[in-house]
Amino acid sequence: MKTSLATLAAVAMLAGAAQAQTLPKEVKARQGQFQIMAINVGILGAMAKGAVPFDATAAQAAAKSLVGVSMINPAPLFPEGTDAMAINGTRAEPAIWENLPDVLAKWDAFGAAAAQMQTAAAEGPQAIGAALGPLGGTCKACHDAYRAPN
Amino acid sequence: MRRIGIGLGAAGLAAAVALWWASAPIKPLTADTAVMAKVAGDAAHGALVFTASGCAFCHQTLGQDDPRLLGGGMAFASDFGTFHAPNISPGPMGIGGWTITDLDRALRHGVSPAGQHYYPVFPYTAYARMTDGDLADLHAYLQTLPPDPTPNIAHDIGPLVSIRRGIGLWKRAFATSDWALPQAPTPQLQRGRYLVEALAHCAECHTPRNFAGALDHTRWMAGAPNPTGRGTIPPLTPDRLQWSAQDIAYYLQTGFTPDYDSAGGHMVAVIGNFAQLPAQDRDAVAAYLKALPAP
Repeated sequence: MKTSLATLAAVAMLAGAAQAQTLPKEVKARQGQFQIMAINVGILGAMAKGAVPFDATAAQAAAKSLVGVSMINPAPLFPEGTDAMAINGTRAEPAIWENLPDVLAKWDAFGAAAAQMQTAAAEGPQAIGAALGPLGGTCKACHDAYRAPN
Repeated sequence: MRRIGIGLGAAGLAAAVALWWASAPIKPLTADTAVMAKVAGDAAHGALVFTASGCAFCHQTLGQDDPRLLGGGMAFASDFGTFHAPNISPGPMGIGGWTITDLDRALRHGVSPAGQHYYPVFPYTAYARMTDGDLADLHAYLQTLPPDPTPNIAHDIGPLVSIRRGIGLWKRAFATSDWALPQAPTPQLQRGRYLVEALAHCAECHTPRNFAGALDHTRWMAGAPNPTGRGTIPPLTPDRLQWSAQDIAYYLQTGFTPDYDSAGGHMVAVIGNFAQLPAQDRDAVAAYLKALPAP
């Protein structure tokens, strides 16, 4: 019994790995892009919370990275047929493809909030904290409408 | 034989009378009508109660973003049919003319002014724990909102579910105003418990339900299937949600998880409400969650 459970677990892991490998490169690219965003927001958030001391250079580098990501054109990363109904391993709602102008408007809103963060990052943790609210708001606005639940 | 028939008939009648009695809408027990009528609610504090209770999430007029327009219309699919949130604006389509006692009967007892049971999709089983003061303040605040002319949409439910007397029996079986976390030794835990269990009704999504659609109190906050049919609502007990209290409070303020992923789905609106509450309230909710027992 133990063996068969272990075998099952191993098979499941292999299947998971295989699935990750077979994700289209566009999906892997956009998921990596969201990871880059989360990592850099994390650097800013830790300073705003006071979990790490304020470091103007690191804060500005993080904000600049966010602005850089916001300049990536999302269209090539979201080809047809890469939604959560069509393939496993993504939480992209099919509604994205039905509302492309709105999706792009929300992406632009993130870009504007990232630009605000760039100004705030030079000022200090309080300004960063204040800029995180609107920045997080742009994440939530899109997740609310276009990301499938876990 | 005939005597048995009469006996059975009498037993059947007695059972029917008992059922009729047991399913009847209960009169308000908590608030003394005369006392409540004299309470002058504080509308400013009522706005906070309104936000903490998430009223607008279900009742705000569909297709617009103003949480003060309460024309209703949101649909809730369930195993028992699709329910539609009604108009609760202070006008003829909504709750115009409702007294505090009417609001008390609705919010804390799930009974309409006309004496009908409400379906428990309206979380009166949580609001049953609301204080008299908050109820009066909420009543005062609701009066300050603009009336909305949106007509109510009838529930789309089966014939058996549409017998509202059945809800009376459901309430007797499942409704309780006891706290799910009986021990709350500090004022902070009491406040957190009040926010989570009474106003914000977090358990409605985060606690699994039994065959009758009632919350399973033995698995309080243990997570549940998403009613949309896709995915799950995460568990909040400390064995599963291993964030620190600070992380939880920060999430409720900003929507950022400790990994700086951001909230999605219905939780976005919930965070929008929590973000408007005082920081002590978010800390209290976090303290409450850390105090929950593992199921």
